Amino acid sequence: MTEPHTGSAQTGSAHSGSKAGWPLYEVFVRPRRGLNHVHVGSLHAADDRMALLAARDLYTRRNEGVSLWVVRSDAITASTPDERDPFFEPSGDKVYRHPTFYDIPEDVPHI
Amino acid sequence: MVTAEVAEAIPAQTPEDRFEAVVAAEQRIEPRDWMPDAYRATLIRQIAQHAHSEIIGMQPEGNWLTRAPSLRRKAILLAKAQDEAGHGLYLYAAAETLGVDRAELTEKLISGRQKYSSIFNYPTLTFADVGVIGWLVDGAAICNQVPLCRCSYGPYARAMVRICKEESFHQRQGYELLMTLMRGTEAQRRMVQDAVDRWWWPSLMMFGPSDADSPNSARSMAWRIKRHSNDELRRRFVDMTVPQAEHLGVTLPDPELRWNEERGGWDFGEPDWSELNRVIRGQGPCNAQRIDRRRAAHEDGAWVREAAVAYAAKRAAEQSHTEEENGK
Repeated sequence: MTEPHTGSAQTGSAHSGSKAGWPLYEVFVRPRRGLNHVHVGSLHAADDRMALLAARDLYTRRNEGVSLWVVRSDAITASTPDERDPFFEPSGDKVYRHPTFYDIPEDVPHI
Repeated sequence: MVTAEVAEAIPAQTPEDRFEAVVAAEQRIEPRDWMPDAYRATLIRQIAQHAHSEIIGMQPEGNWLTRAPSLRRKAILLAKAQDEAGHGLYLYAAAETLGVDRAELTEKLISGRQKYSSIFNYPTLTFADVGVIGWLVDGAAICNQVPLCRCSYGPYARAMVRICKEESFHQRQGYELLMTLMRGTEAQRRMVQDAVDRWWWPSLMMFGPSDADSPNSARSMAWRIKRHSNDELRRRFVDMTVPQAEHLGVTLPDPELRWNEERGGWDFGEPDWSELNRVIRGQGPCNAQRIDRRRAAHEDGAWVREAAVAYAAKRAAEQSHTEEENGK
């Protein structure tokens, strides 16, 4: 497997600041209670608080969320530079992990 | 079991083969996948140009922010300008996933090395222009942008999904503004017709040169960055717009506009391509003004960017100092 990668999860580049010196942040929105936070995009900000305010203005102008996370891109450890890495191979050959692997007679109820 | 199907459909071969297979299978290319250099360069150019258009596009309407005729219209226009800024930021973020820097793109815009849509080089002379921009310019943008939601490059496609959702508000507020003017006085109706007369042809030019003069189109279509040819999108826009013009009660300034029974669509005249070329070359009515304004905003804002960095550094230093104290 390739080395786990810390840096911009988006570009895979260790360089995640801009020339102006504002680091890159990744933004996660929880659309409503009961759902997970989902990655929606990224932005540049000077610090965490500014990132949160900018994320609100940029990604939740139309009630898209009830909660926001922002995290510096260079703090994310990502799996692979290539999205079909052998890293995920162990899950590929275990068909018995899926319920459809098992034949159960049709007349057995509730299973 | 989508993943298993993909693994079968796309056997591991050379990076080139894999790229071609992902595109052919209507999957998305993601930032860290291998991609041809020309694909990357084409996307950077297109996404940057698109982002610049959103940012420059705030200026023609911004012209009317302080002179909107009511608080309602002013609030709507402010919200629309804020959306355009947001669209620019989504797009710059998408471009950055290709390995370029936003500051570098801004530099290229203000030094004239990268372009933005020619439409924003026309002036907004009356408040009816605000309505016509929403109706025609944003309408043409929607025609161009809806197919981009299926673009083969993931971050661009995702940015376009967000943008398209918001553009619908832009178009509808414009049309509603025009309907209101058309219900007004004779002078107001003339104002709408005058704005339509001035914006119709530039709107048609937004789709780019005719297919015969668009050498890069075929490659972009093969890469599924682009889905339809310029002429096809232009026809689609005309077919969509003619009934809206009729409903509004305005005349589109094209004597050749007539229904083609056979084709089931509208035939229309040829835009003046020499005008488009002039505007692209920098000789449109407002090219210099738009870039000057953008440069001034960028330079005048430098102290804000520097102050934010200084403040962040000071806070970080204070925080580490406090942590040290507490650690003692």
